[in-house]
Amino acid sequence: MTIDLTNLAEIGARMAQATPQAAALNLRLVSVGVEGAAMAVPWRPELVGDPATGVMAGGVITTLLDHVCGLAVSSAVIASGGTFMEFGMATLDLRIDYMRPAEPRREVIALARCYKLTRSIAFVRASAFEDDESNPVATAQAAFAFTGPRQAAQLGPDAGPEAAS
Amino acid sequence: MSETAAPQTREERLAAMLAAVPYMNFLGMTADLAGDEMTAILPFAPHLVGNLTIPALHGGVIGAFLEMTAICQLVVREPLRRQPRTIDVTIEYLRPGRAQTTYARADVRKIGRRIANVHVEAWQDHRATPVAALRGHFLLSLPEGQAG
Repeated sequence: MTIDLTNLAEIGARMAQATPQAAALNLRLVSVGVEGAAMAVPWRPELVGDPATGVMAGGVITTLLDHVCGLAVSSAVIASGGTFMEFGMATLDLRIDYMRPAEPRREVIALARCYKLTRSIAFVRASAFEDDESNPVATAQAAFAFTGPRQAAQLGPDAGPEAAS
Repeated sequence: MSETAAPQTREERLAAMLAAVPYMNFLGMTADLAGDEMTAILPFAPHLVGNLTIPALHGGVIGAFLEMTAICQLVVREPLRRQPRTIDVTIEYLRPGRAQTTYARADVRKIGRRIANVHVEAWQDHRATPVAALRGHFLLSLPEGQAG
């Protein structure tokens, strides 16, 4: 199966710039491939959540993580033989653990990998850090539901214990 | 919030928080107090959109609004030395957040000496049909000598 990496890069660029909230946060595409996706959010004074420390609001990290998880799912769908426009998706849930405050005045990068794709659900893990993935600001686990019509494309059984064959 | 003594009344504490946090201004978020009951309000704005085709609020924005509501509720409830710090949050998305005003209320389920557990729900037209919910733990800095 050939994977259209150009298409992936286009989707990544579009997700970083064309979504109004991503543009408002000035999200930057770091990388996207079949292995996962990474995006960064630059620090700026408007995004500070605690003026006593200058630390970026947790909500900014939440949005970055949600966004890059979505891109990782798109990558995984394309890697499995699907195409971007044939599905819609929505975040089902997002769990975030904050290990430490982000360093003020520094960009934060989030890296996400979709580790399981079923017909209706995608499972993603992500982490956010300044420059060292082994020293995360936050880690996340998310589940996304596909909402639109979509070809099954060799995805195996559906999610859920009762679906196991 | 600074390290100096927090304002004494809940109204003053909420007003200080709303005035001081740049990110709440970035979202365009406000909050009303009726006694000890706080309602957070997120008016729709184009820059909050995450899906142009529906259009729908960005899931991250909804999560951020819920988290900020939890933090504001803790600030309203307790005079703290520092702003509560998020330990973890679980956000459940129930319906798309449409291009209209969103409201949220937080329920402080437990305040311990160091850690608070807070549940938050957000809705638009009807409170009975929430768009999202959050459960989270927050690290507190209560004034010296005060056990929660």
